[in-house]
Amino acid sequence: MALIDAAGLAIEFPLYHHNARSLKQRLISSSGLRLRKDDDNRIVVAALRDLTFRIGKGERVALVGPNGAGKTTLLRTVAGVYEPVAGRLLVEGEIGSLIDPAAGMDPLLTGRENVILRALYRGMTEAEGRALAEEVAGFAGLGDFLDMPIRGYSAGMNVRLAFAMATAMTPEILLMDEWFLAGDAEFMARAEERLAKLVTGAEILLIATHDMGVVRKWCTRAIKLEGGRIVADGPVAEVLGPVPPAPTPQPGLRSAMS
Amino acid sequence: MPNATRHVHLFDAADPRRRELALEDLGGALSRWRLAWALARSDIMHRYRGSVLGPFWLTLSTGIMLASLGILYAKLFRIDVTDYLPYLAVSLILWNLVSALVNDASVCLTGQEGVIRQMPLPYSVHALRSVLRNAVIAAHNLPLIAVVFWVFGLGAGWTLLLAIPGFMLVMAGGFAASLLLGMLCARFRDIPPIIGSVMQIAFFLSAIIWKPEMVGHWEPLLPINPFFAVIEVVRAPIMGTTGSLFTWLAAIGWVGALIAVAWSFFVRFRGRIAFWV
Repeated sequence: MALIDAAGLAIEFPLYHHNARSLKQRLISSSGLRLRKDDDNRIVVAALRDLTFRIGKGERVALVGPNGAGKTTLLRTVAGVYEPVAGRLLVEGEIGSLIDPAAGMDPLLTGRENVILRALYRGMTEAEGRALAEEVAGFAGLGDFLDMPIRGYSAGMNVRLAFAMATAMTPEILLMDEWFLAGDAEFMARAEERLAKLVTGAEILLIATHDMGVVRKWCTRAIKLEGGRIVADGPVAEVLGPVPPAPTPQPGLRSAMS
Repeated sequence: MPNATRHVHLFDAADPRRRELALEDLGGALSRWRLAWALARSDIMHRYRGSVLGPFWLTLSTGIMLASLGILYAKLFRIDVTDYLPYLAVSLILWNLVSALVNDASVCLTGQEGVIRQMPLPYSVHALRSVLRNAVIAAHNLPLIAVVFWVFGLGAGWTLLLAIPGFMLVMAGGFAASLLLGMLCARFRDIPPIIGSVMQIAFFLSAIIWKPEMVGHWEPLLPINPFFAVIEVVRAPIMGTTGSLFTWLAAIGWVGALIAVAWSFFVRFRGRIAFWV
């Protein structure tokens, strides 16, 4: 059963490869908010501070908040990239992550070879990877491009491939950063359909985005981060407020990130 | 991409279970040997993409270096080429392996920043990739030894079997060094150039181009140099001797110490790697 449970979660980025002394002088004095000195007298950026939340099965959660609020850091922490400096994090369920579409891809390999490589990253065998490639080919709709080196792919084609790979493995928890909005309208419609299926299978979706249209359409709950803290957590309508009466974008076309 | 096999992930900063997680990391890397192997192979393919000879450029350039250095130094040292060149071939090929292992170790984590910061993957996969890549490169060079031996009409005896444990020792040391130096070089960016200089000095100190007996009564002390010890335990069996007991003890001791230090570092700082790269 899928579950994400965080209690007092904190992530700090030490600033190692900078001139610490000049940073100290410039930053500590001006904005003491997120930069501080830790016990070893190092300068650290508090990326996430004291996060406590629980996401259960079937929830579709949007992470919203301004740039630098800690949305992507939280996604990576849930994925298991960063080890928290404080607090406790329990993640139950197989994770599919759509955080960086290019990570682990080899631009010189073909789309198909990349799918097989990705399968190896996940600890599968090459044969399983080949089977997965067939599945991905069906969904990504890349046609002959699947057997071309991906360095010739457009941004949208990369997104298609990455999305198809991440969701073909039917993860129980899907982590998603906002880049997937680069797909074209036709693909977005199919992606939506696939996500809907994924979520109705009692899974968790955790998505970081600035696009409130996506949040209202796909999510049931929103967590608003600001300066690494949770400032609001609840049903989408409650956190975002009423739908603004602005002219709605054409169906299928997403507004650019605000 | 997340770990598909680990369905429950618990981390509690109050009880970090560092040893357990480090063991899990190693186990995860070993179970992903296919990935490390595929990545190692693609590293080599990328390096020689589009070239006619491909990785056999390695063989060719090593061969040319052996022929020219072998003849020149035999002259300088006033030794017979038949006596010197086979020794140089074995030494130089082993040195290339050891020095590539150490030099690649320093970038094995920083070079994979893109993967490390984007997806959870056992860190030891990167160390394994580096070791496997150098094993493949060595496999392209080792046959040269056979060629040289054949040209000079030398044979191999039963001692050749001893080269196998020696080689395993080199590889185990290479893996431990990849983890340790990979971490140190990610945290302290001044270390890679230091390693570069140390390796350059080590080349001249480790009896690669000169023979151990040339230093006279210092010869028994040579295994104090870890590079000499680990090279000698492979070289001596290939050259038809067993190598001294002290050399073997020194090689085992050095590699054992390296593994112990690397393991304790890895247990303690594994969770910080993503913040360092």
